[in-house]
Amino acid sequence: MLQNLRRRLSATTVVMWIIGLLLLAMVFWGSFQTLVSGKYSGRVWLDLIVFGIAQGSVYALIALGYTMVYGILRMINFAHGEVFMSGAYMGYFVATALENRGTLDSNLLLSLVLIVLGAVVTSVTIAVLLERIAYRPLRRAPRLVPLITAIGASFFLQYTFRGFFGSGVKGYPEAEGLKGTITLFGLQLLKTQVLVIVAAIILLIALYTFVQRTKTGKAMRAVSEDKDAAALMGINVDRIIVTTFIVGGSLAGAAGVLYSMLFRQVYFLTGFIPGLKAFTAAVLGGIGNIAGATMGGLFLGVAESLFPNLVLDGLGIPAPYQLKDALAFLLLVLVLIFRPTGILGERLATKKA
Amino acid sequence: MAPILEAHRVTKRFGGLTAVSKFDVTIEEQSIHSIIGPNGAGKTTFFNCVTGFYRPEEGSILFQGKRIDGMAPDRITRSGIARTYQNIRLFSNMTVIENVMVGYQGHLKSGWFGAVARTKRQREEEKRAVEEGRRLLSFVGLAGRGDLLAKNLPYGDQRRLEIARALAIGPRLLLLDEPAAGMNPVETQDLMNFIRRLRDELKITILLIEHHMQVVMGISDIVTVMDFGEKIAEGTPREVQTNPRVIEAYLGRGAVEHGVVAS
Amino acid sequence: MTATTLSRTAEKETTLHWSRVVGTGLIGGVVAIYVGLVGMIEALAGRVVITGLLTTGQVILLGVYLLMSYQAAQKLTGADAKAGPLSVVAGALAGLIISIMLALLVVIGQQINLRAMFINASPRLWELLTLGRGVPTGLVLLMALGAVLGALAGGLALLPSRLRRAVSLGLVAVPIVSILNTALFAGRGVSALGALLIFAFFTAISYGWSSVGGQARERVAALPSGQQRLLKMIGWSAVALGALALPLLGPYPSEIIDTVGIYVLMGLGLNIVVGFAGLLDLGYVAFFALGAYTIGILTSPEITWLPLHLTWWEALPIAILVGVISGTLLGIPVLQMRGDYLAIVTLGFGEIIRLIFLSDWLKPLVGGSNGITRIPRAVPPPQGFSDQQVLWYIVLAGIVVAAYIATRLKYSRIGRNWMAMREDEDVAQAMGIDLVKTKLLAFATGAALSAVGGAIFATKLTSIYPHSFNLLVSINVLAVIIVGGMGSIPGVLVGALALVGLPELLREFAEYRLLVYGAVLVFMMLKRPEGLLPEARRKLELHEGEEV
Repeated sequence: MLQNLRRRLSATTVVMWIIGLLLLAMVFWGSFQTLVSGKYSGRVWLDLIVFGIAQGSVYALIALGYTMVYGILRMINFAHGEVFMSGAYMGYFVATALENRGTLDSNLLLSLVLIVLGAVVTSVTIAVLLERIAYRPLRRAPRLVPLITAIGASFFLQYTFRGFFGSGVKGYPEAEGLKGTITLFGLQLLKTQVLVIVAAIILLIALYTFVQRTKTGKAMRAVSEDKDAAALMGINVDRIIVTTFIVGGSLAGAAGVLYSMLFRQVYFLTGFIPGLKAFTAAVLGGIGNIAGATMGGLFLGVAESLFPNLVLDGLGIPAPYQLKDALAFLLLVLVLIFRPTGILGERLATKKA
Repeated sequence: MAPILEAHRVTKRFGGLTAVSKFDVTIEEQSIHSIIGPNGAGKTTFFNCVTGFYRPEEGSILFQGKRIDGMAPDRITRSGIARTYQNIRLFSNMTVIENVMVGYQGHLKSGWFGAVARTKRQREEEKRAVEEGRRLLSFVGLAGRGDLLAKNLPYGDQRRLEIARALAIGPRLLLLDEPAAGMNPVETQDLMNFIRRLRDELKITILLIEHHMQVVMGISDIVTVMDFGEKIAEGTPREVQTNPRVIEAYLGRGAVEHGVVAS
Repeated sequence: MTATTLSRTAEKETTLHWSRVVGTGLIGGVVAIYVGLVGMIEALAGRVVITGLLTTGQVILLGVYLLMSYQAAQKLTGADAKAGPLSVVAGALAGLIISIMLALLVVIGQQINLRAMFINASPRLWELLTLGRGVPTGLVLLMALGAVLGALAGGLALLPSRLRRAVSLGLVAVPIVSILNTALFAGRGVSALGALLIFAFFTAISYGWSSVGGQARERVAALPSGQQRLLKMIGWSAVALGALALPLLGPYPSEIIDTVGIYVLMGLGLNIVVGFAGLLDLGYVAFFALGAYTIGILTSPEITWLPLHLTWWEALPIAILVGVISGTLLGIPVLQMRGDYLAIVTLGFGEIIRLIFLSDWLKPLVGGSNGITRIPRAVPPPQGFSDQQVLWYIVLAGIVVAAYIATRLKYSRIGRNWMAMREDEDVAQAMGIDLVKTKLLAFATGAALSAVGGAIFATKLTSIYPHSFNLLVSINVLAVIIVGGMGSIPGVLVGALALVGLPELLREFAEYRLLVYGAVLVFMMLKRPEGLLPEARRKLELHEGEEV
């Protein structure tokens, strides 16, 4: 038995597991301490969870863009965060224009539709341009080449937006109809959070229907299984890839608006951290897997909302919310150590696709 | 002669598909042993199990009496197994001789500090590696091409280089995956002679996957036939050629009944 | 049959693609509008290149005109065939189209308040674009100028390629020399005559070299090896003397040279990780930060919880050790991942390190957002010299050591294993290479060099703050080695000079630095993935004489 183990394990695997287990032990110890101390009431936890779900559903929408592109091209579209950011920006411009006319307060539904429409159109345009200019010529290049291109494109877009619209943070206007709270199932919830969650659910259902039921959706799945075989079956692979970028871009655009509603601000780096986190969420759920990205997003959103108070507080770390981004990445590392396939995914992280 | 490689009931599955199923094979030392079978029969998958690239779900593989299944590929290589690939996989942006020197790397001992400090041992080792590289290149007939980039070699030479690189490892067992693919009759004849030389001069055991029947029947001591991941026949080339199950696997059931097959 | 095919091919060769010319012109117009709205023209309008004639902002616009019109002229017939005088017309047409689009922007901008969205769509931009002559006159002038510039660029396409290359170099040299002059010696651009002289000088040199350079090289190659070695030594001594003399340029240039040098040092380190071993490490800044903070903690008198107060030299080995250890520790979990995952996870690590230094949690130890100040200088400068001038020698020593280590490793077993891994990981493993160990070596070596960079950075600024260690540093270094050529050691030098040196000189440009880096990364990957100075392989089989 021992000999068998020695044949199969290398020293590095062992070290990895030890690091991972130490981190896990810290997480459990911290949570235990916090819960035993009873520092926070149930009300606080509930608020954190609802906020986490709202935030997580935005991550899920962005993560879908990563996961779909990865499924089809086996590349990380590093600039996807900027696609998201561009939507948030356009949403801001439309929302401000509507606020100046008073439409935002008088006709909330129409305003929301217009804002989301503006954001989606912008994001889709950028996503499609990215594919056409930066990624398509590199489809057969070594893996690192398109990734570096994507990183370059990401910075180019960030600083283009900064050049166009200035480096300042823009405050999102708030509609009268979305202020305050609403009582659902006996729970007092912020209206914006409810709106974000509902909108995300609608979009997710629409996406599932599209991918599972429509002909294009089926072709998409075929291309992600095997590009060459799909091409032989008469599927126009280029068109499917563009469609993927369009769908991913639309979700990112919508996510941009929803995210800005939660945090009420946008600036040129808005896309960066959420983009990384959405990627984390996609890996968490198993990259290439649509249901996985949704679950990963929600899990990450809630974890990020709970963990600072739950874990770090228990470990006696002051101002724990400062480290919430660090926690998200830590989670990514843990997942890659213990389950590189993600929650629902196939084994992609360590073996060549 | 003692067996150099023994596989017992090796099974490898991919999802619902069983690529290799309870496969048994024993390779005698210093023999030329071929595995044949229709496309998708699981030959290359079995190679990947032997070299550690895949972990078989069941069964065991013993090399020189020690279990190697589940070991990391680099450890298996260091124990004395080398291979070539069906679709040539060279280090294409390195020079020809560097490719061979990478194969030879297991024989070099100096590390980081040796390289930076240029110790005497490191310089001697480098010299030895270059000499060994040159020797192997001329052994496979690539003398004078050492400084080209590997990707600039013509196809046939790339095959030779791949073999030279594998030989540089200093293997006891060499796995060749379709070495004759894409070769013309003259080149094929050369290859057959070359494989015999490997066994006779270098005392290396050869395990061969090949579709080219002239090669298989011409040089093999033993031929194992696979179909749908299972062994369906084994024996000398002559025994295998007349085995009805083999003919069936290659040509379909009708062939046997209608007596299509001659020889 | 054959005859018709022939005549058809002949016809094809001379087909004129006017639609492509128009297309290129339109793209040029979009680029010009982009440059305007993103704010480059305005931001750089204050920086004079040729006194009374040209500002840097205009030079950029001029570049767009020349480049796109030249492209258009080439597209008229395709790259091989020459269009003759028609290419001048094509260039003029493209130039005109660019001007028309800019003019449209001005007209629209004056009707609608674009500024609600685009902060740079200001009256100042309209003024610059109309050359200060107001709407009707200025716009006509702009179009005329566009057509003339386009025609000139089209004319360039007519020149023989050697002369064309020389003229292009001359054109590029003028703004660079002028900017150097302004930034380093507090000049105010160059005069028109000076510009002409610079242009003539560089054109002549380049043209002359292209005719005699080949011969000279041949003649050197024909020399006996002893003399060749002598020539090589003379060359290297000249480079060494030049490098040693650099601080004589003065305190301010020295500061810039130091910065470039630190990037060269880090570039050499990252080149080992990315260029040799093919591991895309985006968290390279983490080791830079750890090196700097190690120095800060060990040397600054502010640190009371660990009152060692070492000198910089005593702390340096510890900083390197910290780099190696952290590189190994961070490496172990990530190195079993495939390339693109590695990139994201290392990026995450880089961010974690920065966030931890920034947090209140470690504030008592590392100062949080206040950082660590009062880090001592490494060497007290002699009378009449500044700290920055003296620091250069430390930077230089670091570069020399790093370049030496990188070269030694590159041509050793380890270097070959790295490259094999970069080319094909699975096959490398099948060659008996222990992937994790080999990757860790690359990672740790790179981390150590990054830590040295951090250590020098700490003593250069004498104070460090978490915000100096953001992701942009990693991207910066990555861009440097990609532009230079991955795996190429001289490439790092060129990359750092172009991407760190120039922007340091052009302070107004700082805002656009990352924009340009992004564009450069995309462009290089699309058009020249091997970089400006591609990696060369040393001949081993047939050149026994050379050292192995």
